[in-house]
Amino acid sequence: MSSYEDVPMETSPRELTQNPLRKIWMPYRNGLPDKHIPQRKVCMTNCPTLIVMVGLPARGKTYISKKLTRYLNWIGVPTKEFNVGQYRRECLKIYKNFEFFRQDNEEGLKIRRQCALTALNDVREYLGVEGGQVAVFDATNTTQERRNTIMKFADQNEYKVFFVESVCEDPNVIAENIVQVKLGSPDYTDCNTEEAIEDFMKRIKCYENSYQPLDEVVDRALSYIKIMDVGRRYLVNRVQDHIQSRIVYYLMNIHITPRSIYLCRHGESDLNMKGRIGGDSGLTSRGKEFAQCLNHFIQEQNIRDLKVWTSQMKRTIQTAEALSMPYEQWKALNEIDAGVCEDMSYEEIQDHYPQEFALRDQDKYRYRYPKGESYEDLVQRLEPVIMELERQENVLVVCHQAVMRCLLAYFLDKSADELPYLKCPLHSVLKLTPVAYGCKVESIFLNVEAVNTHRDKPENVNISRLAKEALFTVPAHQ
Amino acid sequence: MAQTPNKPQVRKRFRCDSIASVPQFTNSPTMIVMVGLPARGKTYISKKLTRYLNWIGVPTKVFNVGQYRRDAVRTYKNFEFFRPDNEEAMKIRKACARSALSDVGTYFMLEHGQAAVFDATNTTRERREIILSYAKDNGYKVFFIESICDDPEIIAENIKQVKLSSPDYIDCDKEEAVADFLKRIECYKVTYVPLDDDKDSHLSYIKIFNVGSRYLVNRVQDHIQSRIVYYLMNIHVTPRTIYLCRHGESELNLVGRIGGDSGLSPRGTQFAGALGKYIKSQSIPDLKVWTSHMKRTIQTAEALGVPYEQWKALNEIDAGVCEDLTYEEIQANYPEEFALRDQDKYRYRYPKGESYEDLVQRLEPVIMELERQENVLVVCHQAVMRCLLAYFLDKSAEELPYLKCPLHTVLKLTPVAYGCKVESVSLNVEAVNTHRDRPAAPDEPPCALLAPPSRHTRVQPMASPTPTRAPRLQDLGVTSLSLEVLQSQDTTERSVPHPFGIKLNLNNNQFSFSHF
Repeated sequence: MSSYEDVPMETSPRELTQNPLRKIWMPYRNGLPDKHIPQRKVCMTNCPTLIVMVGLPARGKTYISKKLTRYLNWIGVPTKEFNVGQYRRECLKIYKNFEFFRQDNEEGLKIRRQCALTALNDVREYLGVEGGQVAVFDATNTTQERRNTIMKFADQNEYKVFFVESVCEDPNVIAENIVQVKLGSPDYTDCNTEEAIEDFMKRIKCYENSYQPLDEVVDRALSYIKIMDVGRRYLVNRVQDHIQSRIVYYLMNIHITPRSIYLCRHGESDLNMKGRIGGDSGLTSRGKEFAQCLNHFIQEQNIRDLKVWTSQMKRTIQTAEALSMPYEQWKALNEIDAGVCEDMSYEEIQDHYPQEFALRDQDKYRYRYPKGESYEDLVQRLEPVIMELERQENVLVVCHQAVMRCLLAYFLDKSADELPYLKCPLHSVLKLTPVAYGCKVESIFLNVEAVNTHRDKPENVNISRLAKEALFTVPAHQ
Repeated sequence: MAQTPNKPQVRKRFRCDSIASVPQFTNSPTMIVMVGLPARGKTYISKKLTRYLNWIGVPTKVFNVGQYRRDAVRTYKNFEFFRPDNEEAMKIRKACARSALSDVGTYFMLEHGQAAVFDATNTTRERREIILSYAKDNGYKVFFIESICDDPEIIAENIKQVKLSSPDYIDCDKEEAVADFLKRIECYKVTYVPLDDDKDSHLSYIKIFNVGSRYLVNRVQDHIQSRIVYYLMNIHVTPRTIYLCRHGESELNLVGRIGGDSGLSPRGTQFAGALGKYIKSQSIPDLKVWTSHMKRTIQTAEALGVPYEQWKALNEIDAGVCEDLTYEEIQANYPEEFALRDQDKYRYRYPKGESYEDLVQRLEPVIMELERQENVLVVCHQAVMRCLLAYFLDKSAEELPYLKCPLHTVLKLTPVAYGCKVESVSLNVEAVNTHRDRPAAPDEPPCALLAPPSRHTRVQPMASPTPTRAPRLQDLGVTSLSLEVLQSQDTTERSVPHPFGIKLNLNNNQFSFSHF
């Protein structure tokens, strides 16, 4: 066995430089970053993934598509959904009735096939030129023939394919779906409820005859998850890689039981009053008053089986203590770590670290405090919280400004650019209720005054800017 | 008339239910029940799952009924013991199962266990009914894991890896052992009733087909079951190797300071070069290399000349206010903190920093991805490496913070049978020693009690406890079993009286026991 010390080394190690915005060490040569070594991303594969929905109408395909897309984008995987029904509506302009979907309607079939192909073309555009990582192909895809077409397409373009089939025979669930999302569809704007339902049921019938579900034997080489009866049972076949494993885990944790999620920040804290960030201070008297009001509010809401979560910082725990119920502490809900800037006011940050301050304004989502965190880091840290929020039913999360922005961005599908500037004022509760394909938001201000801690993006984000330009948008404080 | 067993005490709910890093999600303990013919990987899954759950902080223990049987019967003759028409043996096997169930109860009630893995074939509806009814009486949740495999190659490989060396086959030659074991499997096949997707649709279970190519998941009830399913769907049995090492010696290492983000010392750079050569010499197919976001691990990986991925989750433990200090400075400036740390190094959290317990939570996605991957080299840090090592080698929370992970040494981990083979490879480049042993005489205990509660959490075991061996049947009545009945004609072997004086109630099929 040869000694490992005798093997000659090819090249000498490259020098490292730290990216000033994200504080990531990268190799460089001649003063410029060398080949960019990616930091760990969810999708470490170069192969884009095509997720293909399968199922009869009103089985929740679009609901799943949109939710999954929202989740994947939030964790940093560029994803887009392609709803073939939408393409059909743009092509056809006017929907007459279910006859369009009859199996023997040659014209209809031609148009529908054309729409699918157009959508696939757009998928190629997205995954190729636009840098997308995952595309969700939302259509019934109920025949083997259609699925084979898609797989051939994926093969040609070197995409991985993962099928998500939703199977459900419970007439109550189907009826509820139709009420929630079909009646409001552009197809039925001019119909009354009964007509619409009747027509839609006939539409489903058209698909039923030719429906070939994914088959355990015939399709054993494919990668897929079959969701049965809204998540009572799952069949998972041949998960190929990390992203598919994460998708399966997510799909197995979501549910459709009606519930509400309450998000709020801790009551006003001593550091808030002084205009300082971070730290671990306690509540001011107004903050304590808020905690009491929060208690009353929660009592009034009469919420069934409410779970209360806080961070491990004093101010959220003090707030939760005022509620007469058990709560659980999550370290993951701690406020963003401001590193060397902890406990500082914005004025002090401008004074001591003007360059850092400017960099933050340039890209607030990706900017990482020295020895601290970025919003991007926060999202990763919060992923298990989101996963558990999906599993749970009624939950009140008492957290912090940056944390609440991240959670809100997930529920309201906000981009990385919008996220760090979402308005999450003190002493206000956001009540989120899932409805149709999204989330209804109610903002309830509990009538206890507090400082404003929201700092808008200033006009001048240049490193060379003057102090007063940097501090222009700092809210008033003691 | 059998007494109704006392309902388990509802766990007292304090205002703040838990002050661990991660909320505890279930009040009801969970029984994880394995199902499957012999050589389907049940014990492999049981042990691995138990190791994982303990590592993430869920006290879990395996109850292997085969072990109870070995303790009860002492000498295994041959497969005839397992024939479905062997009534005497059936009674013993049933009693062993019940004894194991009783121990499960003890583990949950007295030892604060949260999950118990009931590792047996459990291939009949009748046996599963007994378990379900036991769980129902006590308010335990039940989750079944069924392993189904008809690939003869996989089964043969299993037999080779773990059955041939079993205590049952110590004095047999290989071919005899394999032949006997295959007949044993046949005995079970006769009465095997798999979980039925219709009749058992109200149960919570996962069926694993052919070592993971397909899964059927039914009625996941709660968080822990969801985590179990996720874990089981990510593990595989493909042979591979995991290499763990620290960055090369750093500038701060040299001056005895902790934390920080310094670069490599000259000797550290030398190590990086040696590491590159070592890795090359190993000729590892498709090796993935992971580092942290800290300069010293990245500099080390740069010397390998291969692509690497940076994980923030692999960053060294955050020492908070003690970052960049020497131990002497910590002693001088924060003597109480320093003492607290030595009292409970696992749970101690640096002010404005982290604890080992926090680290484990942070590293869980790394472990999950390591399970998915094949050959990986992880270049990390002392505390991080200790956490990862503790997962692979099933070390407790007490041992973890004192595991020896010296600089300039690579640990090569290869899964084998039910565990992990470890080879320690020193790359022959001198470095400082950064290991601080557990101090001999800890400071006065009262210090720990005064500590702010937010930095201490309730006690949780972290490694799989030693499986219960001795069956304890004091709850059952009456007649002792004469073992001669079971022996073959040759009575000279059995001269030692039965060690435990097992008393089995063979006459009626009623099973009753009382709670503590």
